[in-house]
Amino acid sequence: MSKPLVAIRSVSKNFGEFQALKQVSLDVHAGEVLCLIGASGSGKTTLLRCVNQLTPADSGGVWLDGELQGVREQNGRLHRLSERQVAKQRLKTGMVFQRFNLFPHKTALDNIVEGPVQVQGRPRKEVIAEAMELLRRVGLAEKADNYPSQLSGGQQQRVAIARALAMKPMLMLFDEPTSALDPELVGEVLAVMKELAKSGMTMMVVTHELGFAREVADRVVYMDHGVIVESGSAADVLGSPREARTQAFLSAVIR
Amino acid sequence: MSASERLAEGFPDLSRLPVAAQLHWRRWLTAALILVVLAAIGRAFANGQIEWSYVGRFLTVPVILKGISNTMIMAVLAMALGIFLGVVIAVMRLSSNPVLKTVAAGYTWLFRGTPLILQLLLWFNIALVFPTIGIPGIWSGRAVDIMTPFLSALLGLGINQGAYTSEVMRAGILSVDAGQYEAAQAIGMGRLQALRRIIFPQAMRVVTPPLSNEFIGMVKATSLASVIQYPEVLHSAENIYYANSRVIELLIVAGLWYLLVVSILTPLQMLLERRFSRGTLPSVR
Repeated sequence: MSKPLVAIRSVSKNFGEFQALKQVSLDVHAGEVLCLIGASGSGKTTLLRCVNQLTPADSGGVWLDGELQGVREQNGRLHRLSERQVAKQRLKTGMVFQRFNLFPHKTALDNIVEGPVQVQGRPRKEVIAEAMELLRRVGLAEKADNYPSQLSGGQQQRVAIARALAMKPMLMLFDEPTSALDPELVGEVLAVMKELAKSGMTMMVVTHELGFAREVADRVVYMDHGVIVESGSAADVLGSPREARTQAFLSAVIR
Repeated sequence: MSASERLAEGFPDLSRLPVAAQLHWRRWLTAALILVVLAAIGRAFANGQIEWSYVGRFLTVPVILKGISNTMIMAVLAMALGIFLGVVIAVMRLSSNPVLKTVAAGYTWLFRGTPLILQLLLWFNIALVFPTIGIPGIWSGRAVDIMTPFLSALLGLGINQGAYTSEVMRAGILSVDAGQYEAAQAIGMGRLQALRRIIFPQAMRVVTPPLSNEFIGMVKATSLASVIQYPEVLHSAENIYYANSRVIELLIVAGLWYLLVVSILTPLQMLLERRFSRGTLPSVR
C-alpha cells in the first residue's frame, strides 16, 4: 500500500473536561475523498481542524505529505513549532468553513488574490489571471468585483472554495460547507465540490449531506463521542452499517 | 390568494381617499418660544460689556493664527502618537504573552488614572528628576533644553491619548468575528499579518466614530498645554488679554476658532466612515 497523504495517529484533544478526540487514527490517501459524518459533538470538526493545526492536538501526531504537523520530535520529546513554521505548513492545506468567513472588506476577486500575493509573494498580475480562472470554474466570473455582502450564501461559499484553491493546496478540508445555507443553495456548492473531487483533489469533508457522501465519497467515516466507530466505502457504511451506533445515527438522520 | 376569492362585506375600499395634511401647531408653538428665549439671550449679550469690534479685529491677528496653527499641529502629532501607542498597547493586551499583557494593562492604568494636566506638568518639569537625559556613552543633553514646551506637550498628550486609544482599538479588534482570524490563518497568515491585512481594516469601521470623538477631544485638550507655555491658541489669547485686558473678547476669539476647527472635522469623519464601510453597506444583489 502506498504512503498516505494524511496520517493521523492516536490523536487526542480535550476541551476542559470534554474529550473531543480519544486516540483517533486515520489514513487519507492522495486523490481520495473522505467524508466524516456523525452527530454534533462527535469530534469530526475537531479532527479536521487538527489536520491544519487550527486546533492543535493535545497528544498524538498528524503527518501531511510525510511531514509531522505542528510539532517537532527531539530527544524523545515533542516541541511545538513556532507560529511562523505552522503558518508555512498550512500552505499545503486549504480550508472551507461552515460560515464562509470571506473577508467582508474585500471583493470576491481580492479575497482570492489575498493569499497568493500577500502570503506567497507571487506577482499580482499572474495571480489575478488565475483567480479569474478559478471564479469561472465555480461559476462566478461576473461577480469578481462584488463584495461578499452582495452575494448569496451559496455564492459566498463558492468564492471561499476558490480562495482556498488559489493557494494550490494538496489537501482540501471542508467543515460542514453547506450547513449554513438555505436549502435551495446547497446544490450549487455541492456541484462545485463534486467537480473538484472529479478533478482528483484529495478532500476531507465534514458533512451532513449523506446524498453527497454516497455519490462522491471514496470512503465514509462515522464518528461518535470522539472515536471512529466505523469506516469503509460509502455503500458499506451508509448502505449496510455493521455497528449499532452507526445504524442508530443513520436511521435518525434519514427520515 | 386568487383574484376571484370572495371577500367579506362591510370593509369599504379606502385606497382612493387622500391623507389630510396635519397642522403641527405644537411645533410652531415650541419654535416661537425658543426664538423668544434666543432673542433675549442675544439682546443681553449685545447690551453686555463686550466690545464686539475687538472680537472681529483679533480674530485674524498673526499671533492668534499662529496659535491655532500650533493647536492643530499639536493635535495631529499627539493623536498620531496616541494612535500608534494605542495600537501597540491593544495588540500587547490581546497577546497570549502574560508579560506583555501586564505591561499593557499597567500602562493604561497609570496614564488613565492620573489627570492630564498633572502629566503635562510632570513632563515639563522632568528636569527636576533627571537633570541630564540621553543614551549613556552615545549622546546626552540637559533636560531643561530638551524638554521644551512642544516636546513636553507632545509626550504628555500623546502618551495619555495612547491609554484611551488602546481601549478603543481593543474594542475594534474584538468586534471582528473570530472566523476572520481563522480564515486568515487557513491561507497561511501569521498573527501580525492577519492583524494588518484582515483584522485592522475591519476594525477601522468600528473605531472611526470613537476615534473621531477622541480627536475632537484632543483638539480641545491641547489648550491644557497653555499651562506649560506651549503657544497654542488659548495661550496666545491669554497673552493678548494680559496686555489689553479684553479678556472676554479674546476668549470668544479662541472659542470661535475651536468651533470652526471642530465643524470642519465632522464632515471629515463622515468621509472616513464611508471609506472604511466598504463591503458592509447594504446594496442591491
